Parts: sequence; C-alpha cells; structure tokens
Amino acid sequence: MTSPLQQKLKITGPVVITANRLADGTVVYRGARGDWTTQITEAAVATTAPAASELLVAAVAEDVLVVGPYVAPVELDSSGRSQPGNLRERIRVGGPTFELPGNFGS
Amino acid sequence: MYIYDTFDRTLVNERVAEFRDQVARRLSGELTEDEFKPLRLMNGVYLQLHAYMLRVALPYGTLSSEQMRVVAQVARRYDRGYGHFTTRQNIQFNWIRLSDMPDVLADLASAELHAMQTSGNCVRNITSDQWAGAAPDEVEDPRIWAEVLRQHSTLHPEFLFLPRKFKIAITASAHDRAAIKVHDIGLRLYRNEAGEAGFEVSVGGGLGRTPFIGKVIRPFLAKRDFLSYIEAILRVYNQYGRRDNIYKARIKILVHELGAECFAREVEAEWRTIKDGALALDPAVVADIAARFRYPRYEPLADDPPEVAVLRRAEPRFAAWLANSVANHKVAGYAIVTLSLKPEGGPPGDATAEQMDAVADLADRFSFGEIRVGHEQNLVLPHVAQHDLPEIWRALDRNGLATPNVGLVSDIIACPGLDYCSLANARSIPVAQELTRRFRNLDLARDLGRLHINISGCINACGHHHVGHIGILGVEKNGEEFYQITLGGRADERAQLGELLGPAVPYAQVADVIEDIVAAYLDLRERPDELFIDTVARVGIEPFKEHVYAVH
Repeated sequence: MTSPLQQKLKITGPVVITANRLADGTVVYRGARGDWTTQITEAAVATTAPAASELLVAAVAEDVLVVGPYVAPVELDSSGRSQPGNLRERIRVGGPTFELPGNFGS
Repeated sequence: MYIYDTFDRTLVNERVAEFRDQVARRLSGELTEDEFKPLRLMNGVYLQLHAYMLRVALPYGTLSSEQMRVVAQVARRYDRGYGHFTTRQNIQFNWIRLSDMPDVLADLASAELHAMQTSGNCVRNITSDQWAGAAPDEVEDPRIWAEVLRQHSTLHPEFLFLPRKFKIAITASAHDRAAIKVHDIGLRLYRNEAGEAGFEVSVGGGLGRTPFIGKVIRPFLAKRDFLSYIEAILRVYNQYGRRDNIYKARIKILVHELGAECFAREVEAEWRTIKDGALALDPAVVADIAARFRYPRYEPLADDPPEVAVLRRAEPRFAAWLANSVANHKVAGYAIVTLSLKPEGGPPGDATAEQMDAVADLADRFSFGEIRVGHEQNLVLPHVAQHDLPEIWRALDRNGLATPNVGLVSDIIACPGLDYCSLANARSIPVAQELTRRFRNLDLARDLGRLHINISGCINACGHHHVGHIGILGVEKNGEEFYQITLGGRADERAQLGELLGPAVPYAQVADVIEDIVAAYLDLRERPDELFIDTVARVGIEPFKEHVYAVH
C-alpha cells in the first residue's frame, strides 16, 4: 500500500491531520503546537498542499503515539474553527449516528 | 459442544502470551505500526473509525453458556456493554483499547475462546449450519468435519500466507442455512445413491466487488479424502492465486479465469500426489474428534405438549412467536428456538451484555448449556424441550429477544457500515433501523412471508447484499450516501446473485423505495403464498423497476 507521504496531496479547501491514538484508538488531531488533541476545533489547519504535507510528515514521524495519520477535509465555522468536512469525519467526531445498544456511550 | 484438549488450551494460552509481548513492544515504540499491523491482524485486532475492533472466532457458530458469559464480561469490562454477532458466526467488539487487548484475550482464553485467524490471508473461522446436530433433515453433524478442518488449518504453516483470506462453510442438510455457495469452499454432506455419506465440493463462491456463486468441482468426495482434497484445493490456490493484485487475489477469480473444469483438473492432479499419504483420514481419528462433541441426554418426550397448545390459544403473541421462531428438532418433544437480534429500531446482530447473560442462563436452564450463532446474525438455542417453550418465551420477551420476525422483512442482515468501519462508504445500520420501523407491523410482515433484506456499506459486501432477496449496497457519490438496490438474490441451495434494479437512490429515499418494492410485490404476486423471491423469479425485475422509478 502506498504510504501517505508518497501520495500526491490535492487540497481543495481547508484540511487537518487526523489519526487514531495508538493505545486506545481514540480519534485525534494534530494541533498547532505539534501536539495531538481530541478536539477537531484545536487542530492545525492547512490550506495548501505544502503546508498539509509538512504537517503530515511531522505526524507520520510520531508512530509511537498515533496510527494511520491522514489528511482530512474540514469546514471552518463563523469563528474560524474547524468542523468535520464530510460524513466520515463527522462520524469520527460524533460517533455512530444512532443510539448504541444499552445506551452505553450515547 | 466440542471439548478441547490440553493441546488446544496450551496453543491458545501461548498465543496470548506472545501477543502480550507484541503489544508491549508496540506501545513502547520498539515495533513500528508497519511491523505490528500484521501481528495484530493475526489476532483479530483491526483499527476502525473510532477505536480498535476485536473479532473473536466462534467455531462453526457454537458456544457454551460459560463462553457466552465470558463474552458478556468482556463487553462489560472492556467495551461499552455490547457486542456484534457477524455473518461469519464471529463476535466483534467495537471499543476495546489496544492496551487492554492482551487481558481481553486472556479472559477469552479462560473459556477456550480466541481470535486467531479471524483476519489475515489464512483459513478463517469455518462456518456451519446453526442448526447442526439438531436439524431433522441433516445427514450427520457437519461440525465434526468443521472441527477436523479447524484443527488441520489452525496455524498450518503452508496456509497462513495465502494470496487472500479463505472462507469455508459446511452444511449437512438439503436446505442450506450456511450460505455455502458464496464461500471459497462450500461443502455439502449428503448420502449418494449407494447410501454412502460424502461431500459435494464447491469452490470459487464469494461476494465482494466481484461476486460469484461457487462451482461444483467434485460431486462426491469420500470422507477418507476430505482433508487431502481440501489441501489440494488450497495448494493449487496458493500456487496460482494472484498475489500481484488484491482485487484479483481471491480463489473465485482464479476459478473464473481458469474455468471450473481446468481448476478441477489442477486440483485432481495435485490430489493424486497426496491422497494416499498422511492426509488420508483414518476413521479412528474422525471418531475421536466426534467423541469430543458432547450431545444432550434427551429425555423421552412427546411432541406437542398440552401446555404449549393452551398458551398458543390464549396468547396471540406467543402463537406468533411459536409459528415464527420455533422449528422442528430431530428428537421428539424438542425444538430449535431462534432468538431474534433484530428488534424494531435495533442495530442488527447487536446484543447487550445483559442479553448475553440472559441467553447464557436460558441456555443452562433450557438448552443443555448450548448456544449457536447463525450467519443471519441471530442466536439459536438448539435443544429446547417443547414443554419449556412457554417459560422460555416469557423470559426471552422480557429480554427483548422474542421479536417474531425471523426470516421476515425486518430480519435484516447488515454490516457495521460507515458508523464503525474504516472501509465503508455509507451507513448500513441506520438504513436497517429505519426499515424495521417501516415494517414494524408483524401482521404485514407475516403476510409478506420470507423476505431477506441484506445491506452492505461498501463493495466488500460483509452484509451479503448480493444474495439478499432485496440487496442494498451503500456507495458514495460526491460526498453523499447513495444506495444501489438489487432484487432476486438468494443464499440458500438455489443461490444466485441479485440483479441491479436501476440508478442508486439517496439515503433519504431508501426506505421509501423498499416500501415501494414491497408494495409492487403485493400487486404482482399470483397467490398469497407466492414468496417475494419466487415472484421476482417469475416476472423479472422490470415490473419492479417500472413501479419504483415511476414514483421516484
């Protein structure tokens, strides 16, 4: 499979870097200070391919913290904060779109 | 139930210790993800959208009450209190931390459960008829042969790195409840004209992006040759299967490209070199494995006990459940009871830890401690005394497990879809949930009769959409969920692939379109007892197409 770093990035709007945390799989985002955050609103936003590539290269290097970093589209709300840019990313932020059995985690 | 021996237990415990070490090395950074991923997949650990998913094998869909309690405990202690029973008779947990995974596997191992070969390019969990050992029409218990294969294929060094995953299903009944024709190898145990029991062998069935119905390459295989012939199939596949292209790597592509006759010749040639060697099955070995299956000590009972008739007359809900969810058993006075995991508005195949514990208790009280999982994602109590049916119905009803919709329109097979799965393009579960609400009227559902709706959230077809009477496939178009609909598929002994109805419809219209298809069927059927699938076979899909696309 092609590494994310070998794929040519096509950026048509604002994007962030997202991954799953190694120890528990929790969805995380690359923060502006090179940290990882569970809040998409705190993610570093890139709007050009070179900027996104730079974020991705740094993220891929942190193999011991996260798994499978990739570039995900976001939309910016009126405050300029990033929100998920497609259904897949909305589900990754909000969880399954139905009430879970037994109401756990709903 | 099959009773494992010391060898099995040692093997599973050693695997847990090995994986504990591998997880520790991954968490410390000693192993990279590229190094670790194949190791976690060998232990059934996937990374999905939100979390790690663990797939646990339930060999041939059989588990004990004790095992079900351990599964419930895992759901409660390490997950979010539920699990998902799959179309391959496995159970999946959706929210387990990688750091907890070794402890989870250790807990499972305490009940002789494991996750080996539930992923990767190896022989996967061998599936069978969920009524095995109880069905009146079976030749003999097919699980004995599934167990022979399980032992032979587990950690078989030659078959751990096949070109692609490999799925085998076995039935011993004329009516196929195990969907053997859509497996890489499908085995049907039957008696030939001489009265000898043996196997009809199909290969090259499968769903996914290139679906095929399996082709019979050997009409009758003697029991003695069971292992050697399957080994020959796997060897031919291992040698010629496409490793250069993942989309062409399954055996179905090889069988299709070579042609079934040519493939069969290759297998026969390979087989001749090994059939009289170490793999020729000694009947004593099979007898030893068969002897490790523990069967119930049935009491001498009569069919149709009076307490059942009394409640049937007094309680229409019991009568409906009895007619729908209870099947004849091979032993007089007993019944096979299916527990629907398809309540109105529920995710298909999901059960809470409380439900699992309740099923375990009911299995102990009423079914000799034995539970089954069917590929339709329901549970089965296989050996219930008929006089216990009123009491077991009340208990199932209290636990939300007595919805009398087995085999009906709301008994929907669905994959996890985009709500969980990193491969999915569209959601499956909410579509299924909405359909169960649209078809909540069980009188209508009974009037419709047997009608299978199968939903997959991507082309990989874990929801078996190709072989649904109505198949629904989620696709993504310009960032939106759309659904292709097929009609006329079936997964039984007359297995066939559904035919595409027309252009895909958006998420918001799927339930409406399915209602229109069902309404068209009611108009088109010749008699009330002409099943949906038979109407489609008789009239084709054009009348349905006209009906649906005239409206939408």
